[in-house]
Amino acid sequence: MGIAIIDRLLIRFFADLQNFCTLSCRAAARIFRKPGYYRDFAIQFDKLGFGSLFICFLTGLFTGMVMALQFIIQLKPFAATSYVGGMVAVTMIKELGPVLASLMVAGRVGSAITAELGTMMVTEQVDAMRVEGTDIIQRLVTPRLKAMLLAMPLLTILTDVVSLLGGYIIAAGYGINPTMYLSAFTQFIVPLDYLEGLVKPLVFGGLIAMTGCYVGLGTGGGAEGVGSAAKKAVVASSIMILMCDFFIAKIIVVFR
Amino acid sequence: MTTEERCIRMDKICYSVGGRTILTDFDLLLEQGVNRTILGVSGSGKTTILKLILGLLEPDSGSVSINGLTITGLKEAQYREQRKKIAIVFQGGALFDSMTVGENVGYRLFEEGRLAEREIEEIVREKLRFVGVEPALDLYPSELSGGMKKRVAIARALAADPDYIFFDEPTTGLDPIGVYNICNLMQRLQADGKTTLMVTHDLATAFATSQKFTFLHQKRLVFDGSETEMRACSIPEVREFLLPTEQSLFV
Repeated sequence: MGIAIIDRLLIRFFADLQNFCTLSCRAAARIFRKPGYYRDFAIQFDKLGFGSLFICFLTGLFTGMVMALQFIIQLKPFAATSYVGGMVAVTMIKELGPVLASLMVAGRVGSAITAELGTMMVTEQVDAMRVEGTDIIQRLVTPRLKAMLLAMPLLTILTDVVSLLGGYIIAAGYGINPTMYLSAFTQFIVPLDYLEGLVKPLVFGGLIAMTGCYVGLGTGGGAEGVGSAAKKAVVASSIMILMCDFFIAKIIVVFR
Repeated sequence: MTTEERCIRMDKICYSVGGRTILTDFDLLLEQGVNRTILGVSGSGKTTILKLILGLLEPDSGSVSINGLTITGLKEAQYREQRKKIAIVFQGGALFDSMTVGENVGYRLFEEGRLAEREIEEIVREKLRFVGVEPALDLYPSELSGGMKKRVAIARALAADPDYIFFDEPTTGLDPIGVYNICNLMQRLQADGKTTLMVTHDLATAFATSQKFTFLHQKRLVFDGSETEMRACSIPEVREFLLPTEQSLFV
């Protein structure tokens, strides 16, 4: 009995994984294919990208401030507070910036994508588009994927910059020399860290878009189905972000 | 064109979902010029038939052919051209809520990209005029009443000049005037040479707009014929559907 349930769950998990990968590959293959649906792309970029500016700004600001505060407390006994800037920078650019910005965006955007596509599914709008001869992946998935692939790295850069600014404000408040705060960046950061800080949001952006689209296009069961799909998309994309963060970091460590 | 190339055919269709059988050995022939209605109680699989013909669902066994091309087992891109000969008016209209009425009606034409914007707008206005909602051109679907949504959906179906138009419960939820309008529109479409396939349990609309009737019961086709044959039919389920009695309560 127990084995049968595990067996069924595993089959379902791998079937879902296979379908998710298939959808992702098909959407990626259509990125440069015509028609480009540039209007849809612009609308999605505005909704998903610009719409997330404020939460990323707040995330970056307060995370940078709290990181600086904690580092000052830890480094003060060793008279090493001049390293605060570098430590905030390395932590934010490599790890917290991409992960926190992506988690915030996953909560906001992942659920929005799923709810929008889910509603289109349950009201038969997706079926109507297919009947009208539209390639659903090209029309609904690829513009969202493109928008997120472009928006997520930009949002992460904003989060990083604002967090460094937040750290600077706290450091200045504790009497740390601003020049020392800024010069510590170059001591701690190497070019590979910038690459890591950009590759991660690129992957996370793709994951958020694809999870939202995959769960959204599989929605059924009316309003309740849409609600539960949105919740599922946020949970799934958040977990995938955290898992992928580890694996990307591990891969990059190999190249150091 | 031969008769085979001017019809939609379903052969021995079986369809189930999640282990629940919806249709068993279902056959259907929709010849051009012969308007048909599929009748049956709610949940008998009527809408499923439309979706199977359109390739939106894949049958477990059996085949569907459109104008001589068997679409079962083909990829969507391979029969997209054949499917363009069919348009559907979904039960709730299924209008794209992020687009205006005009954009909804001209959707297929914009997608095809063969016509200039001005030409598309002319066609859109003509179709909206035909269904009597031209003033709603710039409104969004959320600003329309149920009856208007259905009429806009009909205009969208007409925009691409299809041979067949499917109607999924077109009169559900409408007042008598709305029902009359939809019936009238269907009759005008038929007079223009369009073939209609309707799914409904509204007998008055069915008899006013169709020549052939298919009755579904317990996942199977139990009757296929004209109105006269249906009224004279001795099959208990069909008789009960036409004239429900006290015995029909909570059955």
